[in-house]
Amino acid sequence: MKLVHLKKVRVIISLTFFLALLLLFMDFGNVLSPSYTNYFTFLQFIPSAIKFAGLVGLSAAGFIIIMLLTLLFGRVYCSTICPLGTLQDLFSFLSRKLKKKKYYRKKKPYKALRYALLGLAILSLFTGYMIIVIWLDPYSNFGRIITLLIKPIIIFIKNSVAFILIKNRIFYLNPVEIIYPSFYLLLFPLFVFSVVAYLSLKEGRLFCNSICPVGSFLSILSKFSLLKIDIEAKNCIGCKLCERVCKAGCIDRENKAIDFERCVSCYNCFTVCPSEGVKYKLRYKSKKNSALSETDYGKRKFIANTLSYLAIFSSLSYAQRKIVSKLPSKVAIRKKFPVSPPGSLSIEHFKDKCTACHLCVSSCPSQVLQPSYLEYGFIGMMQPMMNYEASFCNYDCIICSQVCPTSAIMPVKLESKKLTQLGKANFIKENCIVYTEGTDCGACSEHCPTKAVNMVPYKNKLVIPEVSDEYCIGCGACEFACPVKPYKAIYVDGNPVHFTAKKKELKKIDVKVDYKGDFPF
Amino acid sequence: MERREFLKKSAAAAIAIGASSTLGNYSNLFAHNFISQKSPYDLVAVKGGEPDIMFDRAIASLGGMKNFVKKGQTVIVKPNIGWDVSPERAGNTNPKLVERIIQHCFNAGAKTVYVFDHTCDNWTRCYSDSGIERVVKGAGAKIVPADSESYYHGITFKGGKVMSEAKVHELILSADVFINVPILKHHGSSKITASMKNLMGIVWDRGYWHQNNLHQCIADFSMYRKPDLNVVDAYLVMKRNGPRGVSKEDLVLMKSQILSTDIVAADAAAAKLYGVEPEDIPYIKAADEMKIGTMNLGKLKIQRIII
Repeated sequence: MKLVHLKKVRVIISLTFFLALLLLFMDFGNVLSPSYTNYFTFLQFIPSAIKFAGLVGLSAAGFIIIMLLTLLFGRVYCSTICPLGTLQDLFSFLSRKLKKKKYYRKKKPYKALRYALLGLAILSLFTGYMIIVIWLDPYSNFGRIITLLIKPIIIFIKNSVAFILIKNRIFYLNPVEIIYPSFYLLLFPLFVFSVVAYLSLKEGRLFCNSICPVGSFLSILSKFSLLKIDIEAKNCIGCKLCERVCKAGCIDRENKAIDFERCVSCYNCFTVCPSEGVKYKLRYKSKKNSALSETDYGKRKFIANTLSYLAIFSSLSYAQRKIVSKLPSKVAIRKKFPVSPPGSLSIEHFKDKCTACHLCVSSCPSQVLQPSYLEYGFIGMMQPMMNYEASFCNYDCIICSQVCPTSAIMPVKLESKKLTQLGKANFIKENCIVYTEGTDCGACSEHCPTKAVNMVPYKNKLVIPEVSDEYCIGCGACEFACPVKPYKAIYVDGNPVHFTAKKKELKKIDVKVDYKGDFPF
Repeated sequence: MERREFLKKSAAAAIAIGASSTLGNYSNLFAHNFISQKSPYDLVAVKGGEPDIMFDRAIASLGGMKNFVKKGQTVIVKPNIGWDVSPERAGNTNPKLVERIIQHCFNAGAKTVYVFDHTCDNWTRCYSDSGIERVVKGAGAKIVPADSESYYHGITFKGGKVMSEAKVHELILSADVFINVPILKHHGSSKITASMKNLMGIVWDRGYWHQNNLHQCIADFSMYRKPDLNVVDAYLVMKRNGPRGVSKEDLVLMKSQILSTDIVAADAAAAKLYGVEPEDIPYIKAADEMKIGTMNLGKLKIQRIII
């Protein structure tokens, strides 16, 4: 195959991944099967790296595949599989079409910044202080941008069309409720989106070569790649075209050198070169002639930075680790722990593995999974939690555990999920309608799928809820259904470590029905 | 057509559609088609058959569906689809019964039949896992979502003791015929659930009911629009852990069905079938006292069919 065609291949693969992931994150109707998601998420670098660290198995193969690919061809990941990379390419494409940016120039390597952020990200992965990974992982940032910024807009448009149709008795589209987390949570993806959009509109792939830790990690690997892209000095006519189209700004035409570490393998240079002056070469035959990547400054600075950041973050995280009260009130609800999704084993496990990519948030049919603010502490900001103000966990659903790409939510069988106790319901009698109004209610018990919340006799022939901890699975149906405002009369407090609930053993009701006998009236 | 022109035209069309919808057809708002019932019976009770067969027999003794549905009318069939459970758990109305009722409606000449419920669990899962979505579509009726407040319109009604207004699904406002198809079940807070309780599935704010004397609200709301026919599914009856149920062990196969135009009588008969006295269910007693219907089954002409 001619090298000129490589760009087309790259564009096709990247759009496939981009569109597939876009659909997955937009799939608010749960049209797609969860098993389909894994084909596109298992190659995402940081999620698969986390999986790799936790368990060695086929599901962790994505990490190895990407490493091997990089060791063969360099950073092909950045221009094909990474959805945030493709998003940036779309911006760059746009800015070229709008004639805002006609050509690129070579850029500085920003080594200190890159390696400092990479070091922080690695430390963050190993220590479980996920906040850095959450901020920097390109795949997770893409997920949040789509889930929190784009999807609500699409739903809004869909709902508007649906309502016009419904007014005319056409029940083709069904409106979807937009449950929106707090405004502060919106700022997070908005900020990242602005940075990514600005950098890609102005400077091509500068984000990938300055901030992105995956880019930095793969660039180290690509130093040792079997093949590298290089300038063929004898063919080069010095036309400067390659430098102008290089989004990564890694071509130095004057010195006829390419800093392959920063090359994102977009192959634009192959397409524009009129004289076959840019080529894939075997690294170990050719002599090194890269003039750009020599100085190795900033090592000391990097270590100092890392330590100081870590100190700040960890102190902050300890300060925020235990969020005790929600709202002050006479009968205050004191939630000691947030509720992590079924399959996450424990809050610690979840916090250590989750990159807050929001795929579970997008896939959750009941929308109970919502990004957290400070419930997991500062280090877990944006990691999803069960938000029982928004909704409750569907008893017969395990979709979040099927889509999670990082194993933060481990795969669970439906039968064991139904017995997984995420937290326990707590009843505040003083808030309950039966106590305050002296009338029947029972909304909590109605919704309880295990009847851990049972209605027991109270005075004046009334019935009042009673919670049996051992049957409670902490699904939050009771809390969501409780009509008392503003503070609920029943709420779920998370279990730091998930337990197994007891299964209610029921005997068959012994009633003989006489199908031929008389009616009782 | 040029692109610009096309865009202009389609925008104009969209506005026109939108405008027509706001000025839409609510002409028969409140003008319910109270059918002159020529039926010889006030209540029909059937026993011993499959849900669809029992309905065939029962509706025949009420003079057939043509007594309730006229040619070209719009019908709402409102089953209980509140929970994400499979048909053998009997948390929702039996799909076979729903299917047969829809077929009878179309045979009587119904133009459109709508089916919906304001579900408690996630509505898409309730619709599909209850088996009702499949039979509704198969029978040519329309299953309509009811999980968004924008479907609901504020109404007021007279005669209630604690309740005089509610937000009601817009199809209830405009449909000609309303057939209520509850399933008889145990209920943690209202003791049993049948016809009157099933009407909670056509309103938006159920929390209000729970907060303001649930039993009285159930009785009050029956003042608003009495269903033209109530069909109580008592084929497989949940005797404890209702209304959602925990397992199949909660159920008793009773193979029964009750039809009545009197919503209170239907619930009174259902209570008797279930094994409790109607006066022990506060909302049935309240509704009887408010003369919404009668729980005194002795006063009624009852057709009893044993298959």
